[in-house]
Amino acid sequence: MTDETKTPAPTSASPSLAASDFSGDSANLTLGESLRAYVDRVRGGDMGALPAIGGLVVLFIVFSSLRPDTFTGALNVANLLVQASSISILAMGLIPVLLLGDIDLSAGVAGGLSAGFTAVAIVRHGDGWVLAVLIGMAVGAVIGLAIGLLVAKLGIPSFVVTLAFFLGLQGATLKLIGQGGTVPVRNDVLRGITIKSMPVVTGWIVVIALLAIYAGLLFWRQRRLAAKDLHRPPTSLVALKFGALAVILLGMTAFLSKNRAPNPLIFTIEGIPYAVFLVGALMIFWTFIFGRTGYGRHIYAIGGNTEAARRAGISVDVLRISTFVICSTMAAISGIVSSSYTGNVSPGSGGGNTLLYAVGAAVIGGTSLFGGKGNIRDGVIGGLVIATIDNGLGLLNQAAYINFIITGAVLLLAASVDAISRRRRSATGT
Amino acid sequence: MTEPLLELRGVDKSFGPVQVLHGVNLKVYPGQVTALVGDNGAGKSTLVKTVAGIYHADAGEFFFEGKPVTFNGPKDAASLGIEVVYQDLALCDNLDIVQNMFLGREAKTPTRLLDELTMEDRARQTLASLSVRTVKSVRQSVASLSGGQRQTVAIAKAVLWNSRVVLLDEPTAALGVAQTRQVLDLVRRLADQGLGVVLISHNMNDVFEVSDRITALFLGRVAADLKTSDTNNSQIVELITSGRSGSIGISAATANESA
Ligand SMILES: Nc1ncnc2c1ncn2[C@@H]1O[C@H](COP(=O)(O)OP(=O)(O)O)[C@@H](O)[C@H]1O
Ligand SMILES: [Mg+2]
Repeated sequence: MTDETKTPAPTSASPSLAASDFSGDSANLTLGESLRAYVDRVRGGDMGALPAIGGLVVLFIVFSSLRPDTFTGALNVANLLVQASSISILAMGLIPVLLLGDIDLSAGVAGGLSAGFTAVAIVRHGDGWVLAVLIGMAVGAVIGLAIGLLVAKLGIPSFVVTLAFFLGLQGATLKLIGQGGTVPVRNDVLRGITIKSMPVVTGWIVVIALLAIYAGLLFWRQRRLAAKDLHRPPTSLVALKFGALAVILLGMTAFLSKNRAPNPLIFTIEGIPYAVFLVGALMIFWTFIFGRTGYGRHIYAIGGNTEAARRAGISVDVLRISTFVICSTMAAISGIVSSSYTGNVSPGSGGGNTLLYAVGAAVIGGTSLFGGKGNIRDGVIGGLVIATIDNGLGLLNQAAYINFIITGAVLLLAASVDAISRRRRSATGT
Repeated sequence: MTEPLLELRGVDKSFGPVQVLHGVNLKVYPGQVTALVGDNGAGKSTLVKTVAGIYHADAGEFFFEGKPVTFNGPKDAASLGIEVVYQDLALCDNLDIVQNMFLGREAKTPTRLLDELTMEDRARQTLASLSVRTVKSVRQSVASLSGGQRQTVAIAKAVLWNSRVVLLDEPTAALGVAQTRQVLDLVRRLADQGLGVVLISHNMNDVFEVSDRITALFLGRVAADLKTSDTNNSQIVELITSGRSGSIGISAATANESA
């Protein structure tokens, strides 16, 4: 060994030289470059939300040409949005669990039991709606904690634990409510979530204010990224995306601000249903948590490579438990919204298709069943797709068996897309 | 000779009935590259993970700057300034380069939110100082990188922090000639900056070029701890393959016992 080899190599010590080595890394993308980057991502198996949005457009075209008189009426669209709300909330709750590659098969019935506790608190104990809702959410949180402990600490696969809870919780609801019984939702606020709408003027103010805040945040972020010359999408693309969102939201607000009562001379039904705002608020909250906090980042990391996350000092078990708590608590909210729509809680609440619809919604929206990939908004977009299929098929008066077959086929299709894109991801990655 | 920055004494580690490390002593000096060599399965990666706090040693003492320390979790090692480049790289494919580099130690804004601006800036500077030419964007997902690029990201992740000791577990295994050159230069540069560096490698040319000391492991035992200038290629190969070479190394009886 000679002495020369031990002297530090002078290469790449000076930043200017290094910067030229690094010239491939362009921070300020043009519209064409972002388009190419998107095509690359699709080739790599990551299609984002576009397929679900495309599917939604196709479904709207199909159903409105088959049932032009009813499907596109404001009354039906408002109803569709309310139908979508409980599915979307449940799907949003499931997404953190799915991000870790786990599943919660009991989320639907956990929501049913929680809603049962809320309804019973009001009807049998005369509690106020706030306390009743908190009780329902606490029931959900405890269920999630129990599931999470069994999965993370005992190491039982989540599939098995939650299948057991799926059966057990239905028994608990039956005990609470009684065979063949129902508990009515006897509270104007809770009923109002799904059957009342925000006054038209207030609705406009809220929608416009939200859009203005969002535009401000986007603009501010873009400016800060540009100031430090960091990686950012072209401003034109940001403006284009925001424009599309604004057109859709403002268009919907205008559409729902008309009086949609079947008999407009006697009744007035107008404005955006409160349930839509509830979904929006939950989506904004969780998107923020999963996109902007260390907690959210760590959840994605565990979903991508659990061992790497553990070596980075992340408490994998605690975070895994937390996803089940989030899921069951969101399930409780979903169950309460659902009971608001049907007007009561029965032993069958949250059973049947409920969970399958929510898992379907998440997967259709673009969340992977293999973990590590997905966004909170997937639950909302997918929930809209599922509710549209459900609603449209209902208007077509098809036999029930056709609805089952079609919904099952759509779920299978979404899962296939997920599996195929996962194979593409591992084929392009090394 | 200066005091070792990191010292391990008598470290034992078993997985169930299989004892993988037997009373391992290791000294890492500041400003020096210590090469850790040994056949596949000798226990090199296990030793590194024990220092990183991923495995808990069954017995043995750890000293950092002469003071006894314990490694109960990955954060313990990191807080002492010990960084590890793992053999399997430990990257999350679904996260981008910046997110991987800061995993578990994200920069936060005063409001406790992720500070993406600071992280991207620092990641770009660190990568630039490692002369990473071919990366399209630091916001690229790690899944889209080549084997060599992934290895560079893993190394960049370790040198991002103001570390005192860096352990690199076969960092050049997936690299081409030019990139291997860069990593070896980097290893030397880190040591010249006063860090204690442990390099695990099977390539004897690399080991002899860059190291100051060589510790040879044979079936979980330290066969020899030598100054690089006092030994030669064939002696190290003998120590790796049979645990002894002439008068140095572990006795035949001990070697057989652990085989
Ligand atoms: N987590 C583990 N569980 C059980 N055995 C292990 C584990 N990790 C390593 N080993 C065993 O320990 C021995 C040493 O492995 P390792 O430290 O990876 O060797 P090296 O890195 O020197 O090739 C091998 O026999 C291996 O099979
Ligand atoms: Mg190894």
